[in-house]
Amino acid sequence: MSATRIRPKKKGRILYRRPLSLVDRATHFCPGCGHGTTHKLIAEVLDTLKIREKTIGVAPVGCAVMAYYYLNCDISEAAHGRTPAVATGIKRCLPDRIVFSYQGDGDLAAIGMAETIHAANRGENITVIFVNNSVYGMTGGQMAPTTLNGQKTATSPCGRDSRSMGTPIRICELLNTLDSPWHIERVALNSPAGIRKARKALLVAFKGQMEGKGYSLIEILSPCPVHMRLSPRDAVRFITEGMIPAFPLGVFRKEGKPVA
Amino acid sequence: MRNRILMNGNDAIGEGAIRAGCHAYFGYPITPQNELTAYMAQRMPECGRVFIQAESEVAAINMVYGAVVTGKRAMTSSSSPGISLKQEGLSYLAAAELPAVIVNVQRGGPGLGNIAPSQADYFQATKGGGHGDYRLIVLAPNSVQEMHDFTINAFALADRYRNPVMILTDGRLGQMMEPLALYKGPSPKSPPKPWSLTGARNRKPNHIRSLLLDVDALEERNLILQSKYKAILAELVGFDEYLTRDAQVLTIAYGSSARIAKGAVNQARARGIKAGLLRPITLWPFPRTRIRQLAEKVKGILVVEMSAGQMLEDVQLAVGDRCPVAFEGRMGGAVPEESDILATLRHINKSTRKGTRS
Amino acid sequence: MKAKPYSLRIDRNRCKGCELCVSVCPRQVLDLSEEINPLGYHFARVTNPSHCIGCMNCSDMCPDAAIEIQKRLIRHA
Repeated sequence: MSATRIRPKKKGRILYRRPLSLVDRATHFCPGCGHGTTHKLIAEVLDTLKIREKTIGVAPVGCAVMAYYYLNCDISEAAHGRTPAVATGIKRCLPDRIVFSYQGDGDLAAIGMAETIHAANRGENITVIFVNNSVYGMTGGQMAPTTLNGQKTATSPCGRDSRSMGTPIRICELLNTLDSPWHIERVALNSPAGIRKARKALLVAFKGQMEGKGYSLIEILSPCPVHMRLSPRDAVRFITEGMIPAFPLGVFRKEGKPVA
Repeated sequence: MRNRILMNGNDAIGEGAIRAGCHAYFGYPITPQNELTAYMAQRMPECGRVFIQAESEVAAINMVYGAVVTGKRAMTSSSSPGISLKQEGLSYLAAAELPAVIVNVQRGGPGLGNIAPSQADYFQATKGGGHGDYRLIVLAPNSVQEMHDFTINAFALADRYRNPVMILTDGRLGQMMEPLALYKGPSPKSPPKPWSLTGARNRKPNHIRSLLLDVDALEERNLILQSKYKAILAELVGFDEYLTRDAQVLTIAYGSSARIAKGAVNQARARGIKAGLLRPITLWPFPRTRIRQLAEKVKGILVVEMSAGQMLEDVQLAVGDRCPVAFEGRMGGAVPEESDILATLRHINKSTRKGTRS
Repeated sequence: MKAKPYSLRIDRNRCKGCELCVSVCPRQVLDLSEEINPLGYHFARVTNPSHCIGCMNCSDMCPDAAIEIQKRLIRHA
């Protein structure tokens, strides 16, 4: 499958078209899923920076495991949660390539928490893309480490009870206690403006890696309409009204220093 | 005589890996293999290569996974409890047909066990260990020299078969010092790796994957793996024989147990017993054909292991009812005594050979 | 005829009918079709092309990268 281009017949300036680094095929993602948007943004950034041919992605276990069907670059699967360890192995062996890991909340903040923290703490020169949609998607909507208090999931049927199930883990804040990361930012796919910020954040992170700046993590609050049990529109509203109050947006780490 | 230096087994593996062109090493402290990790911490950066002390054995094996997808040679090492943690990674490496070298310097188990030498991870190493139908190539050295030499060969075999290779040794061989002739040749030639991930420049993107949701596709994948394992079974079996030509009682042991068994065989010979030793060098593929041949002509076989009898089962499978199979084993880090082995060899020798095969 | 400076193309076979494009359009340029596409979704379509201001909200929002926007070169007669 190659990324074929539909050339416009009439002369004009293209304001937006499908990025070249995105393979021309339909995704398996559900309608309104933020993974599609995130894939698109990554592809756009690979195009903008002209790094598709030197980029190696690491796809996790979860909905994004089939990233190799959609992103037109070299990609390796990783065992659940081990994504940053695999990315570390690749980057250390090929330091002049661009390496990113693409992880969901279960992969990054539950089973892979140790790998997440230690890759950040070593300041690995990789870009971690963290899709936080507050639930486990592929396995059927179970409670995630980032599920909101009171949020109903398959494994918190009466809502997440903080007394016995803990509270949502804020990864950006947690990693910002470390000295080594270079850039940490949280964005949200809840509006066109939010998506533009997400694109910009990814651009900063990948560009930083190209310049050898070190570890960057972009947390993307993302809709999972099916398992949020909402329509795509309402899932986006849930990000704004439910998730952002629990996961404040912004740049936490800039140029290697915490943002006050 | 080659120039020899004195080295312990763990260091000998480390230097072997370096001379085999191992580009990246990832480890996590656990006794009794710590010398190896420390050796690599020193030597790898000196050689301009990659060393990381990982956050866990789990992370270490997955860093190996990342390193080998780039086409570079990589290794991790650990001891029994840590090797248990690596099983998931081994299954993924085998599934994606990635060449990697894993060293298990076994210690007493189960559980946390102790740090004394053991051979109780035989099942785990030779029967798969992780989930799914897969095999590791398993090499069992029995001297510091072999620790060194087998490591170099392990990298060559891993590349040749695109399969993880395990060096299954134990705390005694890891810790003990012996004279060692360092490998002076070139590192084994690395075959082209068109499947590796290096960036999709002037080619279609490469993918390293083991997820195959389609049942037929996954079965097809398994059939490919099985045909590779069949080829390994046909091509790779390795063993060492000692005084087996006229042997009437046969000892079978690997690794450090084989050293003790050899002593017992010598003592038996001194007492006029025609004893011999077969030492499997590859534990998988297991030398079952040769064992079956020898079983036809000996009075009995004695298997010696530092376990409750794990390789014993493979010997029994090979031998069938051709001759009796006895077992001498110790557990928990204890070592079989030469005198006990000798006593059993004498006992087997006294028994009359039943049946007509001779 | 009134000039239409922006041209919107929606790949109807890619669209999954999530309606996010419709929801973020400030000028009600889009709606969902009554028909369904091969994927089984009511796909988005352009109903008021002349209202488009080229803000790219829809194309940015689309999870399936199914929207292409072009600014036309307008010739004044």
